[in-house]
Amino acid sequence: MPEFLHHTNLKDLWQHHESYLAALIVLLIVALGLGTEDFMTLGNIFDMTVSSAILGIMACGLFVVLIAGGIDISFPATAAIAQYLMASYILANGGNFYLAFEIAAVTGMVLGMLNAALVYFLKVPAIIITIAMLNVYFGLLIYFSNGDWLYGFPDWFMNGVELLKFTGSDGYDYSLNLPILVLLGVIALTALLMGKTRIGRQIYAMGGNSDAAGRIGINLFGLNLFVYGYMGALAGIAAVVQTQITQSVAPNSLMGFELTVLAAVVLGGTSMTGGKGTLLGVVLGVALLAILKNGLTLLGVPSYWHTLVTGLIILFSISITALNEKRQAKQEA
Amino acid sequence: MDALMNSLKLPSDKNIRYLLVILAAIMVLMACTSGTTFFSLANLQSMSSQMPLLGVLALAMAVCMLTGGINLSIIATTNACALVMAGIITQHPDSLGMLMVALAAGLATAVVVGLANGLLIAWIGVSPILATLGMMTFINGLNVLISGGSVIAGFPDALLTLGNGTVLGIPMPLLLFALFAFGLWLILEHTPLGRTIYLIGSNETASRFSGINTRRSLIAVYVISSVLCWVAALIMMAKFNSAKAGYGESYLLVAILAAVLGGINPDGGFGRIIGICLALVVLQTLESGLNLLGVSSYLTMALWGGILILFIALQMPTAKK
Repeated sequence: MPEFLHHTNLKDLWQHHESYLAALIVLLIVALGLGTEDFMTLGNIFDMTVSSAILGIMACGLFVVLIAGGIDISFPATAAIAQYLMASYILANGGNFYLAFEIAAVTGMVLGMLNAALVYFLKVPAIIITIAMLNVYFGLLIYFSNGDWLYGFPDWFMNGVELLKFTGSDGYDYSLNLPILVLLGVIALTALLMGKTRIGRQIYAMGGNSDAAGRIGINLFGLNLFVYGYMGALAGIAAVVQTQITQSVAPNSLMGFELTVLAAVVLGGTSMTGGKGTLLGVVLGVALLAILKNGLTLLGVPSYWHTLVTGLIILFSISITALNEKRQAKQEA
Repeated sequence: MDALMNSLKLPSDKNIRYLLVILAAIMVLMACTSGTTFFSLANLQSMSSQMPLLGVLALAMAVCMLTGGINLSIIATTNACALVMAGIITQHPDSLGMLMVALAAGLATAVVVGLANGLLIAWIGVSPILATLGMMTFINGLNVLISGGSVIAGFPDALLTLGNGTVLGIPMPLLLFALFAFGLWLILEHTPLGRTIYLIGSNETASRFSGINTRRSLIAVYVISSVLCWVAALIMMAKFNSAKAGYGESYLLVAILAAVLGGINPDGGFGRIIGICLALVVLQTLESGLNLLGVSSYLTMALWGGILILFIALQMPTAKK
């Protein structure tokens, strides 16, 4: 986010949604660090990252789609299909992680591109197309899989990947494991894509004004294929990570996850109308939800308060953003 | 103005023609394969008692979509109303007075949620999808919190009749749906508010500059949507004889699907109640018909999505700008 860091003026800094989020997160971290013994331990930080890895990976994909001015509701179904195909293949033929990710990512990408083609040619809001496709994908998956669970994966899959292993103060072993590595990789890849490449620029341009983008020669159809394909591929990758964490595949385990991911991304300040938003915001949005959940658990707050607090934070955050935008529009006018 | 309104409605009339064709095709298919069972009174009654819940929710979604908005909090609102009413009724199940108090409390809950949504969207300027997404999460949390996540059951017969009773052979839920669909139709097509709703959906800025109080109208729309959720809550409670946070979550996206299939333009401005009613009949006959043929309900779910895509594709020539 070079543009973001260039604002040295404090007053300018507060125009940014990310600043509010970061302040809120710092506040939470300080409070939880003082209020609980476990929050600031390395072990807890690793646990928290692992448990929000799937949310983070999918949020990166949805971020790109939203910036392009689209939306995808069908990605949990895409992920579930990718997961099922990948798991079936590995159970039957064995393999390795490279193959697992390849199968899942390609499956997700193909389904994402199908969405893209429908969205582009039918000229109906993407939310409608992808809701319809969510039904189609989930319906077909559960029909053909009979809703059966898959488990009993080979050892290499069960053990995952572990770098820099260490033993935490609680006696458990922690390491840079598969979920964390993939999450970091996906964030880095998305940052490169959106910040350093021409495709990233074009995605922002298309989301800002798709007519204008088309007129300056950007291939809108190709870009749509890319954006939804990227979302699908990341959904597939997240599916492999989820399978590795839970060590099993349940066809309906991701049902309803689309709105949670959407909440995390919009909490990060990404605009629903396209063209506006930063990856930093998305990461902060995911982090906020993760810290909140983890903190409430550590504080011993009953789990049925979690959704309520999350809802309040979302309402609060989007209201501040909307009021901020209103004020800026007034100043410019 | 009338000429303009008429020409605006043309696409949805085409939509209605397509729906009728699809419906006829399903009817013929059913007549050929399992005619006597499908057209039996028992099956027709069962179909018409299943449809209204989704129907009322689709109306709640549609009225917001007509203004170019959306309401993702309908299921959460429905559950909130049901839990509030259930909580009060089960205190004194036999008292008619308590039943009335419960109904009023449920309605009040709906109005409060509707006002909150409306204020967020119209006054603070949050986009509807975000405002109602946040509201959905918040109310879901509240629902679990007040109910402790448990089932509240044991309702008096007066309430259960709403779900299972019949009048002249017509299931009560269908009558409730018809009543509120007619009411919404009256509001949309025969009141200034209705005209305003279509105008806001066509062009909100233009409507505001032409002197329409768009804020007040938008708030009214989200209150109407919530009140319809209260009706859905009544039907749901009576049907399940219980209330619980998390009931009916799969209906959220299906309600959008039904509204769009019924010809409601998600960008706002176009669509009529009659279209939604037809779409519901199409979805229900398809579901019941396939069920009779022994087809998996998941395949039906996929077909619903497929029909919507097919439908949108059929309308392509007019949708192209």
